[in-house]
Amino acid sequence: MNVTINGEPREVPAGTTVEQLVRQVTTQDKGIAAALNGEVLPRRAWSARALADLDQVEVVTAVQGG
Amino acid sequence: MGSWELAGRQITSRLITGTGGATSLDVMSKVLKSSGSQVTTVAMRRVGGYALGGGSLLDVIRAAGAEVLPNTAGCHTAAEALLTARLAREALETDWVKLEVVADDITLLPDPVELLEAARALVADGFTVLPYTNDDPVLALHLERAGCAAVMPLGAPIGSGLGIRNPHNIAMICQQAGVPVILDAGIGTASDAALAMELGCDGVLVASAITRAADPEAMATAMRLAVEAGRAAREAGRIERRWHAALASSPAEGLITP
Repeated sequence: MNVTINGEPREVPAGTTVEQLVRQVTTQDKGIAAALNGEVLPRRAWSARALADLDQVEVVTAVQGG
Repeated sequence: MGSWELAGRQITSRLITGTGGATSLDVMSKVLKSSGSQVTTVAMRRVGGYALGGGSLLDVIRAAGAEVLPNTAGCHTAAEALLTARLAREALETDWVKLEVVADDITLLPDPVELLEAARALVADGFTVLPYTNDDPVLALHLERAGCAAVMPLGAPIGSGLGIRNPHNIAMICQQAGVPVILDAGIGTASDAALAMELGCDGVLVASAITRAADPEAMATAMRLAVEAGRAAREAGRIERRWHAALASSPAEGLITP
């Protein structure tokens, strides 16, 4: 199954959850948020949400900025 | 200096800082303390980048006793700004957003059409919207009518350090606004911040002018004092400008003749 995380393509096994994919790119626990196909997916829903082929996930955090 | 109200929150400091440009978390911590700033901005970016960020950034801000104000810097469309603001709300547990929607990456000037559209959508979605806007009194009124909690006109382009290029427009925005006016962008040095307050602004947002100064901690102190001085001067009521003749302050009578 092919998905994209933060713009990078990745191949993951069927049944992989958003939580599992996010953990491939960060160990950060607080101060992060994710969007699935352009919509915010609340943190509590990550572990129950299985990815579908071609899903696009963005994981963001706060950085320095004016 | 008395407190002021921003979107229902009582704040004593009228200097809002931006964390962009600080060379380390240690510098940022010192800047926050010296500035006395109680609100400071952050940007939202993909995890794992090179910018200083993540949990340690938020820890430094909270340790300094400041509130985090996420921005939508880098957004060029209302759609991008909406998603960025919603991600910020989820990540940082705040419904405050400094709304930035810029037209291009050369001038970083606000795109008024996309900005207004984004402001309306975010207000409808329950956000407390603080928009970075042009120094345009008409656009400022539209943003206020859209339900924004403040308007934040630029003095000059972001990071330019050119000060307040159109003080007349800033004064007009202040005069007509029913929400707080925060001068955002263009500040180069302390006198610019003082001028903003003298023109009637309720607050000033400074990032680069502090973080990229030769001594950021010292400049943070200078900006804090400038904002206080400018506010005090505004409240004290300055003298009239006399363009055509001087007005002696010493008595015209009782002059000594040799």
